[in-house]
Amino acid sequence: MKTEYSFSHRHILGMEQFSRDDIAHILTTAESFKEISARSIKKVPVLRGRTIVNLFFEASTRTRLSFEVAAKRMSADTFNISASTSSTVKGETLIDTARNISAMHPDVIILRHFSSGASQLMSQYVQAAVINAGDGAHQHPSQSLLDLMTVQERKGRLDGLKIAIIGDITHSRVARSNIQGFRTMGSEVHVFGPSTLVPLHIESLGAVRAPTLRDALENADVVMALRIQRERLHDPLLPSLREYAQRFGLSHEPLGWAKEDAVIMHPGPVNRGVEMSSEIADSPRSVILDQVSNGVAVRMALLYLVGNA
Amino acid sequence: MSNSWIIENGRIIDPASGRDETGTLVVTNGYIAAAGEPVPANTSRIDARGSWVVPGLIDMHTHLREPGEEYKEDILSGARAAAAGGFTGIACMPNTIPVNDCAAVTQFILERARQAAVRIYPVGAISRGSQGELLADLGELKNAGAIAVSDDGRPLVNSQLMRRALEYAADFDLTVISHCEDIFLGKGAMHEGPVSTRLGLRGIPPAAEAVMVYRDIALAEWTGKAVHIAHVSCAQSLALIRAAKERGVQVSAETAPHYFTLTDEAATTYDTRAKMNPPLRSESDRQAVRQALADGTIDAIATDHAPHSCLEKECEFELAANGIIGLESALPLSLALVADGLLSPLRLVELMALNPAKILGLPAGTLQPGSAADIAIIRPDQPFIFSEADICSKSRNTPFLGCEFPGRAVLTMVGGDIRFQKELL
Repeated sequence: MKTEYSFSHRHILGMEQFSRDDIAHILTTAESFKEISARSIKKVPVLRGRTIVNLFFEASTRTRLSFEVAAKRMSADTFNISASTSSTVKGETLIDTARNISAMHPDVIILRHFSSGASQLMSQYVQAAVINAGDGAHQHPSQSLLDLMTVQERKGRLDGLKIAIIGDITHSRVARSNIQGFRTMGSEVHVFGPSTLVPLHIESLGAVRAPTLRDALENADVVMALRIQRERLHDPLLPSLREYAQRFGLSHEPLGWAKEDAVIMHPGPVNRGVEMSSEIADSPRSVILDQVSNGVAVRMALLYLVGNA
Repeated sequence: MSNSWIIENGRIIDPASGRDETGTLVVTNGYIAAAGEPVPANTSRIDARGSWVVPGLIDMHTHLREPGEEYKEDILSGARAAAAGGFTGIACMPNTIPVNDCAAVTQFILERARQAAVRIYPVGAISRGSQGELLADLGELKNAGAIAVSDDGRPLVNSQLMRRALEYAADFDLTVISHCEDIFLGKGAMHEGPVSTRLGLRGIPPAAEAVMVYRDIALAEWTGKAVHIAHVSCAQSLALIRAAKERGVQVSAETAPHYFTLTDEAATTYDTRAKMNPPLRSESDRQAVRQALADGTIDAIATDHAPHSCLEKECEFELAANGIIGLESALPLSLALVADGLLSPLRLVELMALNPAKILGLPAGTLQPGSAADIAIIRPDQPFIFSEADICSKSRNTPFLGCEFPGRAVLTMVGGDIRFQKELL
């Protein structure tokens, strides 16, 4: 890395804001923090005195906990606000919420919101750095960065790989972030799913639309399954989860088309028997739990990079 | 105040007679005088050198928000915005609170309109409460002063009701204006394309409009009745309308300036001022709209003036209200089409005055002697930067603030009364 590199992003809103150097720098920083979580005393004073607000408008266990663990290991003071969707219906707008929280002078606001573009909107109304922890079907940059980190650890590189993303691409912020993240690092991303769940214009993001599951998986270095949400059955986008599992679920046989050392990923939580069989989720090729561990390291890195500005 | 004028040295453009020449237009007691008619000795003169003298523009698609949402707009403020945009008459859509589906609401609007700067033409609802279930009392609406009917903003799902509306409204000479949208396909925040894909916003395909355009054409063709298609946004719809016109179907169509000016790229930063319904479409759709304005497939330019306060617009994109204001910017944006060489001045005036009046059956849109002196004087070559100072509407929801426009209306006259004047000519 060039010595003159400096991280210049005030907010973390989406993967498209990052250059290759940015991503490499974040991953290097995350690797250096990873060791802290292995200590018996898992705390460093890097963000002591900083205030971090976790503002979650959508149910989340893993991402919220991961950010909170990351913040506490950096000695920041953290506050969790779970705003149900009904509280906004009751009256307070997102902008008013943003202004009110901003008046308490937090350093970082971590926002999870059901509406695409919510993080960008909030960033226009607060002094704090905003980290997008998932906005609608738009972006989930910390998830993409932890995926990149996991793949780099397993493959030793992020360029020249074939990444297959299988499932509900349309509603997936993880898919959008990962298409951009892996493309920026020099890999190819092939997407596949029921046609009802792959956007007509997905190629405009730089992804390859695979015509069949086999095309997507053949010679893949990384196979990532996305969560199928039950409400998609009512849209109607899918006839049944049973049919999805049969036609699009990952099991032993289709995974035989991927490279022998291909890794299996899932952003979680896994619907066992739908997106993938239990056998696959628990196999040695599965890196699902590494993703979770790396999530803490990546979020420590992001908090360090924007919280210390 | 006098309402007799001698308007001299202007380029008189009157598509009803095909007239396009520099000359003098005389207004006597609020009416356009015939050539050679004696002019009273002390009649005031207006020097219109360098300007166009045209029939006052007619906007066939405005939302005035009164009654019910006067914090966004009211009849008087909307009328001031219209006058500032060169309009002398505007048709106001019935999606007020309550819906204009009965004589009482129509009469209320017309009562308010007596104080308004321009003529107000109420559009009644097709169905009771615009609920799409039962026909409103169209005869009563007509008697009260409604000039057309529409369930604009609440697309008619029930095709049988649409058929009956076309038939029944024709008995009363009421134009039926159709907001063509399949509400199931139309669930979305913006045009379905690369931008919606990148932003993670649910997309609205052009088919959401086109399937209903075809339904309405099929109904008009079968019944032999007329239908007017509101705010056409996409190439697919235009191909259907063009083919229907060739078959002799009584179909007319309007578009709005944003559809020939902007594309879905305008929403790329979740800018809610670029959110409207139908949504801004692709560049090829925009080009198709421009072509259709030139070749006659589109009959009228309407504003779809849709005022909203910051309450409805400064929020998450998916939650933001649809629509932008348009009365002050419609003519400047349309003058750009003349500047680009796409339209002749005569064709522009036909699209913005003569044809809307014809489609609505109004005695307007012409400079024929004996007509009411509803006149706009336009400076086509007076570039300016569009700013809040140019807005008379109560709302500011427009993506065009800061844009440079080629020209504007500088004087608007209704029945010989000057209702707007930018500066002394």
